[in-house]
Amino acid sequence: MLGLIGRRLAYLVPVILAVTALTFLIANLLPGDLAIVMLGDQATPENVAALHKQLGLDLPLWQQYLHWLWGVLHGDFGTSHRTGQTVLNAIAGRLPVTLELLIMAELGGILIGVPLAILCAVRPGSAFDRTVAGIAFGSLSVPPFMLAILLIFVFALRLHLLPATAYVPLSDSLLGNLRSMALPGATLALLEWPTIMRVLRSDMISTLQEDYIAMARAKGLSPRRILLVHALKPSSLTLVTVIGLNIGRLIGGAVITESIFALPGVGRLLLESIYLRDFIILQGGVLLVAIGFVLVNFLVDMLYAVLDPRIRHGRA
Amino acid sequence: MSETPLLEIEDLAVALPTERGPLRAVSGVSLSLAPSRSLGIVGESGSGKTMLARAILRLLPPGARLAGAIRFDGRDLLRLSRRDLRRLRGRELAAVFQDPMTSLNPVLSIGSQIAEALTEHMGLAARAAMARAVALLAEVGIPEPERRAHQFPHQLSGGMRQRVAIAIALSCEPRLLIADEPTTALDVTVQAQILDLLARERQKRHMAMILITHDLGVVAGRTDDVAVMYAGRIVERASTRALFRQMRSPYAEALMAAIPRLDAPPHTRLSAIAGSPPDPTRPTPGCPFSPRCRYARERCRSEAPPLSADSRDHHYACWFPLPDRSRAEV
Repeated sequence: MLGLIGRRLAYLVPVILAVTALTFLIANLLPGDLAIVMLGDQATPENVAALHKQLGLDLPLWQQYLHWLWGVLHGDFGTSHRTGQTVLNAIAGRLPVTLELLIMAELGGILIGVPLAILCAVRPGSAFDRTVAGIAFGSLSVPPFMLAILLIFVFALRLHLLPATAYVPLSDSLLGNLRSMALPGATLALLEWPTIMRVLRSDMISTLQEDYIAMARAKGLSPRRILLVHALKPSSLTLVTVIGLNIGRLIGGAVITESIFALPGVGRLLLESIYLRDFIILQGGVLLVAIGFVLVNFLVDMLYAVLDPRIRHGRA
Repeated sequence: MSETPLLEIEDLAVALPTERGPLRAVSGVSLSLAPSRSLGIVGESGSGKTMLARAILRLLPPGARLAGAIRFDGRDLLRLSRRDLRRLRGRELAAVFQDPMTSLNPVLSIGSQIAEALTEHMGLAARAAMARAVALLAEVGIPEPERRAHQFPHQLSGGMRQRVAIAIALSCEPRLLIADEPTTALDVTVQAQILDLLARERQKRHMAMILITHDLGVVAGRTDDVAVMYAGRIVERASTRALFRQMRSPYAEALMAAIPRLDAPPHTRLSAIAGSPPDPTRPTPGCPFSPRCRYARERCRSEAPPLSADSRDHHYACWFPLPDRSRAEV
C-alpha cells in the first residue's frame, strides 16, 4: 500500500515538469509583449528593451524557464510583473469560487446520476430507462453556454428566483452566496450527470448478471441490499475514474461558465492572464491546476484500493 | 416415499426466450422429494438440469416462462409473493452454485457474506451474526476461521471458496439445499472432499438435498435417489441403488458407459455418446434420444414415451427398456 502511494507520488514529478514546460513554450509562442502591455503602445523601443532586461525577458527561453523552475523549487511561484501580486495570492483569492463551483457540480451530478443509473440498470430497456437515456443524450448535446443562458432566462429573467450574475462571497452571506452560485452550479451539474449515469448504468447492468448477484438473491436478501451493497460497490470503479477526471478538469475552472456568470474563479484568472500576457500568473496557475489534477487522480487510485480488495492486495 | 413430500414438482415446463423462438429448457418434469432425503439429478450440459434448479429457486433469467407447479412444504412457489419468496430463499431453501470463483462477491469480506443472511433471516445482531459466521467457517472445515472471516474471496483457493459458499447455504439451517454442480469447477482432489462435506452436513442437519451433476459417478453412493435428465425431460428415476443395479433407459446406460474406468485395459477407447442433444428450440414428435439411440425403432421416432414406473417404483421413459436382469438374480 505504501509502495503504491510512493509510486504514484513519483509519477507526479515528470507530469508536472512536462505540463509547465509546455505551457511556458506555448505562452511564449503567442504574439504580443508584456512590456508593451505594461508601457502602452506609445512606449519607445529603448523603454521596452530596458523593461525586457529588468524582467529577464531578453534571456533565452530555456533560461527563463529554468529560472522560474528554480524559484518554484524554493517555494516562490513568482510575482505578476503587471500587478505586483504574488501568484499564490492571486490564485488563493480565486480558488474558493472554483472549488465551490466544482463541488456543487459533482455533488449535483452524483445526486442526479447515481440513483437514475441504479433505477435504469434494474430494468434495462424499460420505458423509464429509455426516457432517462433520451434526457441524458439531450442534456449532453446542449453546449454549456446554451444551458447557462437558458437557465438565466428561465430562473433569473422570467421567474426572478435567482440572480443572474452578481457573485456574493461566502464571507458576506451564506444564503446570498448559495443563491449566486445556484445557476452556475446547476449548469455544470446538468452537464455532469449524464456521464455519471451512463457509466454507472452500464457497469451496474453487467454486475447484475454476475453469479454473486444470483447468489445474493438466493440468500433472500432485500433488493435494496442487493443493489446498494452487492452491486453498487463493485460497479463503481469506472464511475470513480470519471468523477476524478471531471474534477480535475473543473479545477482549471469551467472557463465558459465562470465567464457567463461573471464568477471570479481560477478559469477566468487564467483566461485574463493570457489576454494581458501575464505569463507568470498563467504559468503558476497551470502548475497548480496540474498538481490538483494529479492529486485528485492519485486519490482516485487510492479509492480503487478501498473499493476493491483485489487491488489492495496487488492482485488485479 | 409415503411421507408428505417437502418438494413436489408437477409437470414443470421452463421456456426461455431466444431469437429463434422459445427454447424449451425443461418440459413435463415431475418429481418429489421427502424431507431429509437426497436426490441426484444427472444429465449432460444442456439437459435442463440447471434450469430446473433455477426454477425451484425462482432465479430464472428475465423473460423465462414457467408452467406447472412447484410446491415447497405445501406452498406453490410459482404463486408466492416476492416478499414471501425472499423469506423462503436462504432461510428454508438454500443453494450452492457451480463456480465458487464467481459466486462470492469479490468486494465483501467472507465473514460479512455469511453474516448478512443471518441478520436478514434470523434477526441476529451484527456481532452475534459474525460470531456465528466464524463458527460456520469452522464447521465446514476452514482452518483459522477468525482470520479467514476478515479475508476476501480472492485470498482463498477454489475449494476453500466452495466451503464458504456451503457455509453461507447452511447458515440459516435450510430444509432443502440445492447444489448445482458444486464440484465441477474444482480440482479433482478437492471434489471428493466437498461432496463428503455436503453429505455429512446433510445428515447432521436432517436436511433434504438436490445434487445436480453431469457425472453419474458423483451421485453413486451419495444420494438416496437419482433422476436422469435428457433434453429437458426426466428419462429415468429410481433409488440410486436400483438405478446402478440395472439401468432401464438406453440413455442412462450410455451415460454410464461414458465414465472412464480404471479397471479397463490400457489403450481402451473412451466411449462417448455419438451425436449431440436435439435443438431445444425445435421439438420433435418422437423420443428426443432416438437419433442417438442404438436401440431406436420406428415407434421411437414418431411418439415420445411417457415416464412410467415398474412394480418397484423404478421410473423410465422408454418404449423398449433394457431388460431387468437384476430381478432374475434376486
